[in-house]
Amino acid sequence: MAINLLRTSVKANHLYLDFTGELSLYFISDFESLIEKISLNGIKTVEIDLQKVTYLDTAMAVFLNKLYEKFEKLNVETTIVATNDEILSTIDLPKKFFKHKEDIPQKTECSTIQKIGEYTYSHYLGLISFMEFLGKLFATKLHYLKSVKNIRYKEIAFEINESGVNALGIIALTSFLIGLVVAYQSAFQLKLYGANIFIVDMLGISMLRELAPLITAIVIAGRSGSAFTAQIGAMKITEELDAMRTMGFDPYIFLVIPRIIALMIVMPILIFVADMMGIIGGMVVANVDLKITTDLFLERFNEVVAAKHFFIGLIKGPFFAFLIASIGIYRGLMVKDDTQSIGFNTTKSVVESIFAVIVCDAIFSIAFTNLGI
Amino acid sequence: MQNVIEVNGVKTIFGNRIVHDGLNLSIKKGEIYGLLGPSGCGKTTLLREMVMLQKFHGGSIKVLGDELDRISHTQAQKLRRQWGVLFQAGALFSSLSIRENIALPLQEYTDLSANMIEEIVKFKIHLVGLKPQDAHLFPSQISGGMKKKAGLARALAMDPKLLFLDEPTSGLDPISARDFDSLILELRSMLGLTIIMVSHDLQSIHDTLDRTAIIDNKKIAYEGNLKNIKSVENEFIQTFFGKYNEQ
Repeated sequence: MAINLLRTSVKANHLYLDFTGELSLYFISDFESLIEKISLNGIKTVEIDLQKVTYLDTAMAVFLNKLYEKFEKLNVETTIVATNDEILSTIDLPKKFFKHKEDIPQKTECSTIQKIGEYTYSHYLGLISFMEFLGKLFATKLHYLKSVKNIRYKEIAFEINESGVNALGIIALTSFLIGLVVAYQSAFQLKLYGANIFIVDMLGISMLRELAPLITAIVIAGRSGSAFTAQIGAMKITEELDAMRTMGFDPYIFLVIPRIIALMIVMPILIFVADMMGIIGGMVVANVDLKITTDLFLERFNEVVAAKHFFIGLIKGPFFAFLIASIGIYRGLMVKDDTQSIGFNTTKSVVESIFAVIVCDAIFSIAFTNLGI
Repeated sequence: MQNVIEVNGVKTIFGNRIVHDGLNLSIKKGEIYGLLGPSGCGKTTLLREMVMLQKFHGGSIKVLGDELDRISHTQAQKLRRQWGVLFQAGALFSSLSIRENIALPLQEYTDLSANMIEEIVKFKIHLVGLKPQDAHLFPSQISGGMKKKAGLARALAMDPKLLFLDEPTSGLDPISARDFDSLILELRSMLGLTIIMVSHDLQSIHDTLDRTAIIDNKKIAYEGNLKNIKSVENEFIQTFFGKYNEQ
């Protein structure tokens, strides 16, 4: 098609480019390759004929001007022939704007060392700002606990329902399945030694002490931590947080503390549910796979699993909850005025809170073992 | 007349970019005062500094007699109840309906009965020209113009002395924008408000403002009324106001 729009002919040392029809940016590449094929050796004059052109867009005008400049550089005398006023003015457009507009400055690439430096410094600033957040949280908490009247029961109750009651199902199911899987895998090994009954010890201690709190924390980090970040981040983008501040409603009192308190209240309860469901899962496998009846299982459970394991599991709850809630909210407050940063901060919030929970759990594990609990 | 807001030598620095370098202005009681200037000159920043959303790095701002940079927590809370702020997109609380949005400051700061609050909310809804049947809608269910009106109603909930408006007519169609202008003028005469607004809307500027400050190139290029503004030699003022007056 482009070939129909451009006819080229060379006569002696004269190149004749005859354009016809509607010239738009779609044909530029065709024209370019067509003109490149023509050898310019010995050509002295070029005539660009636009008389039969009915329409010219600005991209094509830029192309024709570049073409013109190219010929000028090669010391070829070039003429553009056009009669239509509109086309003439379009052709002149690029010339007009290129004259006093310099090129768009190239982005300066910085060196690797500079990048590492900037990266480290931004992380350092991130740490400082998280400390600032914790400090402010602590200060607000003191201020807040001065009077019982300040406590926002309604918000706390709402959050308990949102991140506690509504999470019961998924936590029960997850921990039931984990109990099932752990019991199933160990049943296979225990059967080899005929040590069937030890499934109770193993399951009881691992579930109550470590697995149930961790599973609960991970599910809550994915569920509520991300929700906190997204909610507060969106409120920041729509200036709701600013609106609250100008009305004298401290976002820490209205949004931050109720969420943290609610999660800290609800976490031990969820861990308790996870404990029960995990043990039930193990019990099912013990019954089916190892022929240990429910009565026998419970009797053995009573004998060998000390209550301290259960309490250690529960105690971790509020600590995990604090980490998840504070990281989720901190990330929400870090959201900048663009939609991308909500996604970025939500991801960060979940990753960081799961990591923090695992580190916290490791510290607990070492501390409790050394204390002989 | 008494000065409600005094800005003295305010400096603002973002990173290594100086936004304001010694701004001085004063706003008198009962006037509608405009903060104008080319985009990126820090009009909204100055407005945010006046309502304690942002810190400034030098100079002082005095609002209703209080120095903002050394104000106590309780004093700041008291001050916040004496102003209302309308944000560009309304900034209504998305989890609350319009009625609840307007009622919130009343519920938090007063011990009025539910009935009384209901009455006051109804009055404010009528005052800004919203329909009572819209009161139960949520911010996501209403148009941009209604959001601004609802935001205005919320800003007026505590009967403030000062009203800050951040681009009140931006994003509205010309008819709604003119309605909003006349609403602002009406409210000023009815409630005796002092109104500070950031605006780009020439018509609105001419119809509503008593006095204005033009911020350009980190400084105040002009402060005063609009009549004498054309004589000021400043590129922004000439392009912005010059053309308008020729029409």
